[in-house]
Amino acid sequence: MRRPLAFLGVNVALALAALLTLFPLAWMVSASLMAPGEASTYPPPMLPRAATLANYRLLFAEHGILRQAANSLLISLLATGLSLTFNLCAGYGFAKLRFAGRERVFRLLLGALVVPAQVTMMPLFLMLKGMGLVNSYAGALVPWLASVFGIYLVRQYTLTIPDELLEAARMDGAGELRIFALVVLPLLKPIVVTLAVLSFLGSWNDFMWPLIVLTDHDVQTLPVALAALSREHVQDVELMMAGAVITVLPVLLLFLVLQRYYMQGLLVGGVKG
Amino acid sequence: MKPSRVGWLFVAPALVAIAVFFVVPVAAALVMSATDFDIYALADLRNVRLVGLANYLQLLQRPLFWRALANTMFFVVIGVPLSIAVSLGAALLLHSRLARFRGFYRTALFAPVVTTLAAVAVVWVFLLHGRYGLVNYGLAWLGLRPVDWLGDPRWAMPAIVLLSVWKNFGYNMIILLAGLQAIPGDLYEAARLDGAGPGALFRHITVPALAPILLMVSILTMAGHFQVFAEPYVMTQGGPAERTVTVLYLMYEDGFKWWSLGSASAVAFVLFLFMLAFSLLQARLGRAAGSP
Repeated sequence: MRRPLAFLGVNVALALAALLTLFPLAWMVSASLMAPGEASTYPPPMLPRAATLANYRLLFAEHGILRQAANSLLISLLATGLSLTFNLCAGYGFAKLRFAGRERVFRLLLGALVVPAQVTMMPLFLMLKGMGLVNSYAGALVPWLASVFGIYLVRQYTLTIPDELLEAARMDGAGELRIFALVVLPLLKPIVVTLAVLSFLGSWNDFMWPLIVLTDHDVQTLPVALAALSREHVQDVELMMAGAVITVLPVLLLFLVLQRYYMQGLLVGGVKG
Repeated sequence: MKPSRVGWLFVAPALVAIAVFFVVPVAAALVMSATDFDIYALADLRNVRLVGLANYLQLLQRPLFWRALANTMFFVVIGVPLSIAVSLGAALLLHSRLARFRGFYRTALFAPVVTTLAAVAVVWVFLLHGRYGLVNYGLAWLGLRPVDWLGDPRWAMPAIVLLSVWKNFGYNMIILLAGLQAIPGDLYEAARLDGAGPGALFRHITVPALAPILLMVSILTMAGHFQVFAEPYVMTQGGPAERTVTVLYLMYEDGFKWWSLGSASAVAFVLFLFMLAFSLLQARLGRAAGSP
């Protein structure tokens, strides 16, 4: 007789966990549709009395949040492109091309992982200030050029490509760039998507560096602008929730569509790391 | 072209980027931490002077530094075990053969991980609201007294731990779930035939098999927890009574609010040393526990 009880226990626990986990996100959406002041009543309402898009309209019309949304989108797309370019080349190089010092350099790179990125922020800021790149997309993009994790991710995946395939292409007289573009890249497609998703989500969600390097309202990303807005509009719960929805929804949807690739990256980075 | 040169050409762009925008800044930060780089130096570099270890010694005499260290340690010491326990619990539930709709639950429990921290922190500010917040409403429903989460110095950091567990447990859950799935099923069958109950199975098969993954997960989670910044920045601005000033929050304020970049660099290196020391300590403890 223990089976049905255990069955019930496991499934009720899971349902409860999912309810608690999704509740803040559901409430965020619900409150974003409420009229001003409606969320600040007791007992706290779960659903809007009459759903309205007024908060979204206000954000776009009065606060011009389209600008920050465009900044976020552009920076994330550029970060993804840069990260793919640098990390795919390097990951392939470390996995399949022989050169003196390869293993030593790769070990040094992995060693660099112990240093938290925040250590670099003060000098990096000065450096970018010297180059006139504070408050520019370029300033926000600098940390996304190449990453040790990205190189590692690509390298691990590339190691599974058989050497014979590359040798055969070389025998046929194909140049190294050609081999990379026409033979290797198509085989790397899954890890390309994985790295693209991780880079896009990572740069979209990034907070501390954009907060430091993007101080002008017009170049700020959504998370930074939202944080600033929430300090000015402590009372406007519904407005803030609309801002949170605009910030969170794009990445949540992207994740839902490309979930398989995201999880793959997480497991390569996690379990085998 | 020589094969060796081709290899270097492929890795060179990334190596140059990492050298210029990571390695050089790390070295520069070390030098800066030994200078009195401040707002005057920002205006004119000739105002910088080497001061040796003065920034570090000054930190030791600042009550706010010790406060920040204590707050961060609280976040690490309470948050990491709690987070991993929730991850493990969720992974065990998802791994159970009795569970239905596993794919859906996996996605649902993982969803907060991909959300934007700064945005969900804003959401939680209102969920944790003393009067209208749904967390307190839930407590009242359970017959508990309301808590002034972000206004009470005793509760502000626990509130941030709560948000952090909600936001992050899905990440380790997926890694632990993969670990659970890698344990051969016949191990359990054999033990069951020998009459082992669920508790014994968990203690003698699941835990030892997961131990290496648990160790790695806890080291990574700890590193992440040491770097807590956005939550206090968005939710409490370090308050109330400086009880949510974390080490990185202190670095940010020193460096980018007061422009004491020398002192901020020293804070960053102290954080680095703490992270390094705790990772090594944990790795050693883990290895000691793993080899009886």
